[in-house]
Amino acid sequence: MMRPGDIAIVGAAESTEIGTVPNVSSTGLALDGAVNALEDAGLTAKDIDGITTGYFPVADISRQLGIFPKWCDNTVVGGCSWMFQLRNAAAAISAGYCSTVLITYGESGRSTRHLTNTGDFGAKGGLGQQFDLLYGAGMPAAMFCLPVVRYMRDFGLTEEQLASVPVAQRKWAARNPRASRREPLTVDDVLASPMIAWPMRRDMCCLVSDAGGAIVVTSADRAKDFPKPPVYLLGSGGGLEAGLASPAGVRDPLWPEFIRTSGRAAFEAAGITHADVDHLMIYDAFAHNPIFGLEGLGFVGRGEAGAFIAEGNTEPGGSLPMNTSGGGMSYAHTGAYGMLCMLESIRQVRGEAAAQVDGVDIAVAHGWGGFWSACSTLVFGKDRP
Amino acid sequence: MAHPLVPVPTPETQPYWDGVAAGELRLPRCRACATAYFPPTPVCPHCTSRDIEWFTASGDATLYSYVIHQRPSKLWNVDGPMSVALVALAEGPMVLSTVVGCEQTPEALVLDMPLRASFIPFESVSVLAFEPAPDRAGVAR
Repeated sequence: MMRPGDIAIVGAAESTEIGTVPNVSSTGLALDGAVNALEDAGLTAKDIDGITTGYFPVADISRQLGIFPKWCDNTVVGGCSWMFQLRNAAAAISAGYCSTVLITYGESGRSTRHLTNTGDFGAKGGLGQQFDLLYGAGMPAAMFCLPVVRYMRDFGLTEEQLASVPVAQRKWAARNPRASRREPLTVDDVLASPMIAWPMRRDMCCLVSDAGGAIVVTSADRAKDFPKPPVYLLGSGGGLEAGLASPAGVRDPLWPEFIRTSGRAAFEAAGITHADVDHLMIYDAFAHNPIFGLEGLGFVGRGEAGAFIAEGNTEPGGSLPMNTSGGGMSYAHTGAYGMLCMLESIRQVRGEAAAQVDGVDIAVAHGWGGFWSACSTLVFGKDRP
Repeated sequence: MAHPLVPVPTPETQPYWDGVAAGELRLPRCRACATAYFPPTPVCPHCTSRDIEWFTASGDATLYSYVIHQRPSKLWNVDGPMSVALVALAEGPMVLSTVVGCEQTPEALVLDMPLRASFIPFESVSVLAFEPAPDRAGVAR
């Protein structure tokens, strides 16, 4: 049985450049991030005996890095796949299948998307191709945001509150030189931005970026031997409900079971309560994601998250710093944001984030997958319990 | 070659597409637990039975939630915004679709409004859409 802190992250890095990187493919971003993470850990390819990736065949990546793994994982459940992979890697290390795992990600979501296969909702004969794609499965703003209007009616969430989500995150992005959008943003600005898919306006939608990243994971017993302070995995959870493309398969789209399942498992495994959490990342493909995330994870009651964010609780100086890189709406969002989401948690626990929060001992990262069909929750800690 | 958005049936989904071509909404139903479900698969997602039958659904539905996309695919031949909707079928399943035959505005698209199935041409086939059914009282899900 894995105990909290048995597994540690000993290397973590993004691709050298993120944002608009026109001369690097998705694979190239993944490889660059991987080499940066190995260097961060003071390791070489020969030290890695397990590897994971998503959207690429895993052997394509291992071969190009000169890694010959004895364990691999290629789980794809959408944007949080790499967070699922971290959980799987922790289990594999605990089981003794391998000792040191490299989790790799890269996506040229902005510049060279046509050159790579990054997720395919349209495989012939697939359910998504037959029943979702023609209505809008290729349009994330349509699919991801389907629950919003009914939530607004049932819980009284206002457009102003929805607009306050990117506004709060922009205040963090302003402190982060790597964030793509750093200029000040107001609720009025958001509500004046072009309509994309009513009620979602452009500034309530994530960026379209290029980025890669990777992390190196190993047993905590070895973790002190690395150049950077270890970040311990205290708990993890996952949940999966519908197909990649359609929220229509979710039993209760306004109160998804998979988010609560993943959150409960992670908090119970870590033995923590909400009051213990110093820093929070909630994957924000769109402005409503942090709202549903705060409620589904139990940080606030149902219907309370819009006001909680609008009142400033997640901004710099607030009680629950959230999405401190700027998030998918201001920092970078490639298409699958899960790796970038957890990398900011890791930076915060290490104390090396651009917009560093004081005293981050426990950080929670929560990711969505497949337009409302999967969730992963991870609890990171500075100390091994 | 057909456009990639034109649905490609499998043996398990062919009865649904045959129904759509005939102007009927046909759904799978489990003989073991009597649950109607969607999308069509050879295994009941509620009880894992493989004893499946097809039936013709009423076509009655209500509007569960939606967005109004400002730039729909050109294939729909619509000039301007188009709804993408979660539609609750009277028989229970939820489907992803679009509401046609009314203004594509928040004022015209009222949550829980009664809808009925409508079949519209899409490239070489017909596909399922919904239109308002003001003559039928809405039933909230």
